[in-house]
Amino acid sequence: MPFSTLSKIKDRLDAGATTAVAVAKTYLDRIAAFNGDLNAFVDIDPAHVLEQAEASDAYRTKHGARALEGLPIAIKDIFCTQDGPTRCCSHILKDFHAPYDAHVITKLKEAGAVLVGKTNMDEFAMGSSTETSAFGPCHNPWDIERIPGGSSGGSASAVAAALVPAALGTDTGGSIRQPASVCGITGLKPTYGRVSRRGIIAFASSLDQAGPMTRTVKDAAMIAAAMSGHDSMDSTSVPDAPAVDWLGACDKTGMKGLRIGKPKEYFVDGMDTGVRAAIDAALAECEALGAEIVDISLPHTDAAVAAYYVIAPSEASANLSRYDAVRFGHRCDNPDDLLDMYTRSRDEGFGKEVKRRILTGTFALSSGYYDAYYIKAQQVRTLIRQDFINAFAQVDVIATPTSPITAFKLGEKTADPLTMYLSDIFTIALNLAGLPGLSQPCGFVDGLPVGLQWIAPAWREDVILGAASAYEAATDWVKAPINFGGEA
Amino acid sequence: MDIDIRKVAMLSRIRLTDDEAAELGPQLSNIIGYVEQLGAVDTDGVEPIAHPHDIAMPQRLDVVTNVNRREALQAPAPQTESGLYVVPKVIE
Repeated sequence: MPFSTLSKIKDRLDAGATTAVAVAKTYLDRIAAFNGDLNAFVDIDPAHVLEQAEASDAYRTKHGARALEGLPIAIKDIFCTQDGPTRCCSHILKDFHAPYDAHVITKLKEAGAVLVGKTNMDEFAMGSSTETSAFGPCHNPWDIERIPGGSSGGSASAVAAALVPAALGTDTGGSIRQPASVCGITGLKPTYGRVSRRGIIAFASSLDQAGPMTRTVKDAAMIAAAMSGHDSMDSTSVPDAPAVDWLGACDKTGMKGLRIGKPKEYFVDGMDTGVRAAIDAALAECEALGAEIVDISLPHTDAAVAAYYVIAPSEASANLSRYDAVRFGHRCDNPDDLLDMYTRSRDEGFGKEVKRRILTGTFALSSGYYDAYYIKAQQVRTLIRQDFINAFAQVDVIATPTSPITAFKLGEKTADPLTMYLSDIFTIALNLAGLPGLSQPCGFVDGLPVGLQWIAPAWREDVILGAASAYEAATDWVKAPINFGGEA
Repeated sequence: MDIDIRKVAMLSRIRLTDDEAAELGPQLSNIIGYVEQLGAVDTDGVEPIAHPHDIAMPQRLDVVTNVNRREALQAPAPQTESGLYVVPKVIE
């Protein structure tokens, strides 16, 4: 049961074979047993989880089931929730309790979901390994000496070890897809503007998007269906976004006629040979399923990481200026004056990676450098978006590795921030273009999962879900780690 | 590139200890050095974009939607008094 998919748990609940309370207890027991090894959850209130499950069972009896009735979903610590702390895994928010729920939290509650705890993450979502968390690093259930990816590493680790069947993450430059890849689960980043950002603690506002992390493609679609939709309180939530038949898209079993683009810039030297072999095998499988593999080029790929590390820190430096020790967040002891209060509170509250990004962004936006860095990066962003538009004139969907490497060891890349930044090389471009993307398991190298990334045109999550569902149905890469109760 | 880390830190309103400045200064130079490769991309005549979609920001109807939640919204503040935020003395 713990490694069940969300849709199987839903079927059992709907059939009366189990209750939301029984399901919640199963996962609370696993969290109690395994979280010490993984540090996937940074906050868990079992009594509150059981209260929600009891309320869900009562609702089902009285009114019937809603879309996610009684299904446990873990929440990344970046989503504001009125219940429990919301700390973004930062000392600066160590005492913060949000006065309102994020829009997606409201939507999940309205769909009957049982929200389970807060998951570990890189501080303010800035990182690729969940090592910058103020609450200590999270571990990968496939090898606890390795990183679970980041920034949504706690959500990925929790789902991979079946401490919970599904979780929410956020993705600014790969923070859903890369941890999903290295933990062997499925992660979907919707089109920018599909999901409201209100109540999600902002990192880079033109890139951030929330999405589901699950065992299977259909499970991701179930949650995406519930969390999507226009929010009049978020000006970047698109009011007339083309609708998607989320669940219907997952019924695909073949790929006949599907044109899959294989961008040459994503198959380069320096990639792990095992990862490359797994991706080549996955593409061969897609061909066997009827797809046509088309060689394409996304010529500005090389510049994407550089553009991202100007744009994201610039937006972060503006967003994080709100931590002024006045309205919320940590305030230093006995400030001499206002300036001392700002500078010392922020020095004490922010971790090193957050400071690096704020400083980088402040520099890029500062007088005399703004045109050379920020405006230039925005122009490159236009070119990257145009690359994808050109590619999608030839193909329906693009397939790439999610990450050039499998999970690395804790501490291996912390000494050199730039090396860490380069691990996001395959996930960043689609955030700059605002496109949807999904990572799903497609093999193992030395016992560590490899992820296959799908990219579609804006608003065409259905194409991704169809291709990924067909691949998932034809293969058997959704596995459970042995040390956490999976089968050998 | 030589970056005046103290100046950037002050613009960022972050105090840096000497140790932090010594560590972050070279790292910042490295990062900026890396992103300078953007200069090699030909962007003549290319419009910059700040947002992935070509749409105007929608506006809500101009009607009152919120209720007074001052207490709840001020609850996370480090220090308040009579509904006001308390900060160190600004005017002598």
